[in-house]
Amino acid sequence: MDLHNAQAFTRRHFLGTGLTLASASMALPAFLQRSAFGLPMAAPGMSSIPGVDEDKILVVLQLGGGNDGLNTVIPYGDDNYYRRRTGINIPSNRVLELSQNSGVGLHPSLAAFKELHDEGMLSIIQGIGYPNPNRSHFKSMDIWHTADTSGTGQGWLGKYFDAECCGYGKGESGSPDGTQSQRAPSASSGSTTGEMQGQPGIAIGREAPLAMQGRKAMPISFETPDLFRWTGVEVHESLEKPYTTITKHGVRDGVDTDSTAGFLMRTTLDAQVSSDLIRKAVRQQPLAQYPGNALGRDMAMVASMIRAGLGTRVYYVSLGGFDTHAGQGNQNGRHANLLQTFATTIRAFYQDLSASENDARVLTMVFSEFGRRVSQNASGGTDHGTAAPMFLVGPMVKPGLIGDHPSLSDLDNGDLKYKIDFRSVYASILEDWLSADSKTILERSYRKLPVFG
Amino acid sequence: MSTTETPATQARAGVLSPISRESFGYTQARHLLWRAGFGGTPDQIQLLVEWGPERSVEHLVELTDTPRQPVEEGRFSRSIIGSPDAETRARYRRARQTNDEEALARLRLERQRRQAQDRKQIREMQWWWLTRLIETPRPLEEKMTLFWHGHFATSYRTIEDSYHMFVQNQLYRSNALGNYGVLMHQIIRDPAMIAYLDNNDSRKGKPNENLAREIMELFSLGVGNYTENDIKEGARALTGYTFEDDRFVFKQQNHDGGAKRILGRGGNMDGDDFVDTILAQQACSNYMCQKLYRFFAADLPDSGKPDRETATVLREMASLFRRANYEVAPVLTKLFLSEHFYSDRVVNQRIKSPVELIVGAIRSLHTPARDLSVLLDAMSLMGQNILFPPSVAGWDGERSWINTSTMFVRQNIMTYLLTGKTPRGYDALADEQRFDADPVLNQLTQGDPSALKDSGRVIDYLLRFTLGQAPTHARDALLGFVETNGGETNDDMITGLLLLITAMPEYQLT
Repeated sequence: MDLHNAQAFTRRHFLGTGLTLASASMALPAFLQRSAFGLPMAAPGMSSIPGVDEDKILVVLQLGGGNDGLNTVIPYGDDNYYRRRTGINIPSNRVLELSQNSGVGLHPSLAAFKELHDEGMLSIIQGIGYPNPNRSHFKSMDIWHTADTSGTGQGWLGKYFDAECCGYGKGESGSPDGTQSQRAPSASSGSTTGEMQGQPGIAIGREAPLAMQGRKAMPISFETPDLFRWTGVEVHESLEKPYTTITKHGVRDGVDTDSTAGFLMRTTLDAQVSSDLIRKAVRQQPLAQYPGNALGRDMAMVASMIRAGLGTRVYYVSLGGFDTHAGQGNQNGRHANLLQTFATTIRAFYQDLSASENDARVLTMVFSEFGRRVSQNASGGTDHGTAAPMFLVGPMVKPGLIGDHPSLSDLDNGDLKYKIDFRSVYASILEDWLSADSKTILERSYRKLPVFG
Repeated sequence: MSTTETPATQARAGVLSPISRESFGYTQARHLLWRAGFGGTPDQIQLLVEWGPERSVEHLVELTDTPRQPVEEGRFSRSIIGSPDAETRARYRRARQTNDEEALARLRLERQRRQAQDRKQIREMQWWWLTRLIETPRPLEEKMTLFWHGHFATSYRTIEDSYHMFVQNQLYRSNALGNYGVLMHQIIRDPAMIAYLDNNDSRKGKPNENLAREIMELFSLGVGNYTENDIKEGARALTGYTFEDDRFVFKQQNHDGGAKRILGRGGNMDGDDFVDTILAQQACSNYMCQKLYRFFAADLPDSGKPDRETATVLREMASLFRRANYEVAPVLTKLFLSEHFYSDRVVNQRIKSPVELIVGAIRSLHTPARDLSVLLDAMSLMGQNILFPPSVAGWDGERSWINTSTMFVRQNIMTYLLTGKTPRGYDALADEQRFDADPVLNQLTQGDPSALKDSGRVIDYLLRFTLGQAPTHARDALLGFVETNGGETNDDMITGLLLLITAMPEYQLT
């Protein structure tokens, strides 16, 4: 990473004048401290802090609207499927078979996923749901985000940040909440404060997803990085210089660092530096060819931020349009296009990550708030349903199908009965990928699944 | 509203001793306008200075000389949600029995349509409340409504009935500066609260403890001032308190009329007895005054004791609150008139909530309000989506408002208010209306039109008005900015200066 900017000067100034890192940490924002500890310079695939298992990354891709699971992972071996979906089924000879005689396979538009599967990078968990399914988009999405069937409380990733001390502490911008991180050995981090500087999660989109909002943790969220900056510079260019002077100074002389004013000054500086780093990161050319749509743009940004070594552990992206009540099509059409969009984008994303040797530390989870009803409706579409498959992508996953496909004959009022609680997937990711205590975060123990290795 | 004891308590000099007329100048009037409302224009500050503290506080708290702003009848529809009529219920039953998938799908669709319509109405309600906040001649009434909304927090996200949210909001407004005890008796009858905390199904033999627990933990006493058994017994007292459509109903047959023991008091208590038992506790007035103090004066340490002066203030407030039988106005009057309220511990020590930031900017700088949807979205991004508090505990406030993302939203919403400019990619939302700086500059120019020529004076004037202080570092940067642009303080220059000042970390303070 190129450090020839004003902030780098500040850092070198501190280091150069022989001040210890401890005192530097009082004044330097979180992102700068990360560079001080060498993360951007770390070799790809290596932990930024030796012996500390903290450079693994989770990318969540949300399919909004309720993805039709039955036309995604297709139970072509079951006649019920063809009986109930006379107009929108996928002929068995078009289904991309995953393994012999499994009776289920991928929609033909998921050819990119088939490749990932064959390369050992795609895990398909079948029949995911939760008890007493809610068919409201809003409610069910809240349930997925909070990992609570009442759909209330903080987001599950927000709680992860709170518990793991990677989010902002109670107002302590960029620093933990006075408590020490469980996995931040002060000796190896080189920090004499004994605190690991956590990065907030980054959500690409208009709103910060509930999933990433903790009691204290809040993600950085933006639709484009141009929005993660002061818009005053677009009003008139002459504002930039005085703006920098008044915002990029940290804590003023005579102001107590721990006072509310000091806190605001530190966070303002933090925001400037984060903004510079993120906008610089995403200016890099992607190392793979992405489809020319919004999701492609978003995922390319995520890959660039990972490549730049931002130290963020969770990224969140979304793709909408899955609410296919009418004219959803079959092997072609609206739903097919959506499937192709995310499959080819994720394929490109891993090509990009692989070119920078970051693929092994990035797990991608794909979910939707619910599946759709087994029978098609009168408009050539499907209405809100229940259970559906989830995808996990990355070289670390156990490839292939996990769990059984839900029965198409034993239904609950025309809906699939779920087999695996989605919180089992969360628990597996929290424990076995992010090395977190899932019981604290999910407030209950869930059976883990063999999704890794 | 009772203010009869004010002279009596004034006689006892304490930390709440009143500020003298001579000490009540520009800084104090500006501070009072921000805290007891959402800031004021320079003209309003000047008016309060002329009035002096007593009359100013009376004007803000008593509301006798400002008219109520009634809500027009039928402003919001009460029938979008609501229990299904007999016919719908019968249709649904038939469809279930005959496994008529198509009929079931139709009924589901109908429900979804109503829910979509209701979400539209809650959005309109947000516009409506934001408009009131911006326009009201009774700012403290709306601010207290916001206080109660955060205190007895209920979210549309959970109850999904906009009319219930409206009824609750009006309850808070009509009791904004009224009596806390009355509100407590009302809240156990409020459909939104009953639905939010699951009391609608609470019945004898199967009490739901949610409402009783939150009443004691969050609405009145605070942790440590009751036992788990008090919650269990309180839940029994609240059985049968439910609602039908938008009206409270007490279902005698579901009520547990047996003997209970709550907080040391025994008897066949019902919900009102439960509330009265709580109100008799000294912890109740202490807890409530801490909440009021945090909201209007300054933050308090989460754990450990506040400093001695603050502790004394809290004690005196609580004692007055009890003597006034939980009337809110006397306590606020006392606080707003106290020397303590204008001390360095309080002035410029709070972080503006998103509502205070946006409403305060519009009311004090006189910017156009522009597109309320943009403002509501920004408020949500900053962590305060009105009518959707994050939990029954309301908003944590203070430092939890601030992180790197919300800091940019805070700066950028000011850019929007001052210039109408939206970030790249949002050009469709841009607003052409020009910001007119005259009302802000009025106090500077009315005696001396040439004052505008002196950029140093203009900058000092603006800093003092927007920040309540004029830090030298900012002054130098702003002077440099004026000079590089030709040195003339025209309208564009004033807008530019305000853009810079409102982007300063200090602008987040009040």
